[in-house]
Amino acid sequence: MKRNPYRTQKIAFAILFTSTVLIVLPVGFIIFFIIQNGWKAISWEFLTAMPKMGMRAGGIFPAILGTLYLVFGTMIFSIPLGILSAIYLTEYAKDNGLTRLVKLAIINLAGVPSVVYGLFGLGVFVLFLKFGASILAGSLTLSIMVLPIIITTSKEALDSVPQSFREVSLSLGATKWQTIRYSVLPHALPGILTGVILGISRAAGETAPILFTVAAFYLPKLPNSIFDQVMALPYHLYVISTQVPNVKIETRYGTALVLLMLVLTMNLVAIIVRSRFRKMKKW
Amino acid sequence: MVEKAKINIADLNVWFDLTHALKNIHVEIPNKEILSIIGPSNSGKSSFLRCLNRMNELSPKFRKHGIIAIDGVDIYGAIDVGRLRKKVGMVFALPMPLPISIFENVVYGARCHGIKDKLKLEEIVERSLKAAYLWDEVKDRLNSPGMKLSGGQQQRLCIARTLAVDPDIILYDEPCSGLDPISTAKIEEAMYKFKEFYTQILVTNNTKQAARVGDRTAFFLMGELIEIDRTEKIFTSPRDKRTNDYISGRFG
Repeated sequence: MKRNPYRTQKIAFAILFTSTVLIVLPVGFIIFFIIQNGWKAISWEFLTAMPKMGMRAGGIFPAILGTLYLVFGTMIFSIPLGILSAIYLTEYAKDNGLTRLVKLAIINLAGVPSVVYGLFGLGVFVLFLKFGASILAGSLTLSIMVLPIIITTSKEALDSVPQSFREVSLSLGATKWQTIRYSVLPHALPGILTGVILGISRAAGETAPILFTVAAFYLPKLPNSIFDQVMALPYHLYVISTQVPNVKIETRYGTALVLLMLVLTMNLVAIIVRSRFRKMKKW
Repeated sequence: MVEKAKINIADLNVWFDLTHALKNIHVEIPNKEILSIIGPSNSGKSSFLRCLNRMNELSPKFRKHGIIAIDGVDIYGAIDVGRLRKKVGMVFALPMPLPISIFENVVYGARCHGIKDKLKLEEIVERSLKAAYLWDEVKDRLNSPGMKLSGGQQQRLCIARTLAVDPDIILYDEPCSGLDPISTAKIEEAMYKFKEFYTQILVTNNTKQAARVGDRTAFFLMGELIEIDRTEKIFTSPRDKRTNDYISGRFG
């Protein structure tokens, strides 16, 4: 049978379009579903009060605050470490067997199940370093989980800066660090930022790594130091959905909605910052 | 040659991995000469040029043997490569403005070498852009992006940027390969004027340009320096048959 290229084009378009719709629909549906079930629970009290009556009433303030602390702690450890090592790997490390092995290992680390990180955190930070179940241990565990994401995306962003920028800068007598600082980093920043946000928003939503390292089942008070335990939104959601009987549906979906909004807000901030950088730098 | 040469190259051999890119090159380049280098692609002319400011070192497969001395100092010896590149400027084949403003492009090198004074930087910008015949075209929009300029303007911007770090020697790696004849003429005019101040080495695929610009011309083939002589001599009565074949367009 003779092929009609115009018909093939139509079929190809239909397949591509359908695939996209199939991916977008569930996301939209999930968000819609959570908002529909959860918006009634959202109130000033829900966001700012302590939980009451075994988490069946009151608010989720300690969990929100706990998650914010953990996100902040993760940022402190993982952003500088991730970006700096990405710079070292792309700009300085010689391309030899060892470097390639390290890069491969980092990529593979991104695929390790998060519960494994949780166990690692329990073994190293909680028990061996004696941090106990604490914000510090939880943040470090989350940092280790998101580092591969930050490093890999930062590396890609750095690699995508044209080689000619480096050559021009070096040919003018700039040092290697000046070249990186003024000719490479500014142009890689939007990409790096994307990686950072992807990593951090994943840290905000993960349950398994904080399960053994920081998350408290029920702790209606605020932490005093980084060595205290906190409640965290993802774990709290798990607890009220499966461990505590007779929690109202709205409360559960309300908690999910707050977590979702937190992550979406972070992503939104990243998108705005990134687009501002993009406007400044163009090539 | 009576006067002391600016650049002395002796027994230069270059390899990239197993490829022998330059073979036993001996050249002396006197101060303030324009040396044109011609030859078919892969003849080693760009590799030769990039030896002089050590840009070849960016390739991990680069190996070299032999001596290159500028002002009597071995440039592969104990000297700071940044200082060397400040002294030996380079203009690339494609205009490569950085994605920053015209002003920032010109002062990029100066800033890296520690000049912070605003007035001084402004003076550098004006002087360099005037020297590169670009000042009149861009003086009212120094803050617009360098990449918005036309191809010829971009290349003159790159020349200005090279001049701004106050070099002794300027290397041109096929600087006009993507430019129209008028832009090319402007750049050649600038080179003429620079004769007073700089030693210049021009790698070009355009034999006519080599003939117009060069005091002397060198012909490279397969990594060997076949012939180097006064430009008139090369283009009227070359000693080597291969040179004659190349300039008369029989190959390459």
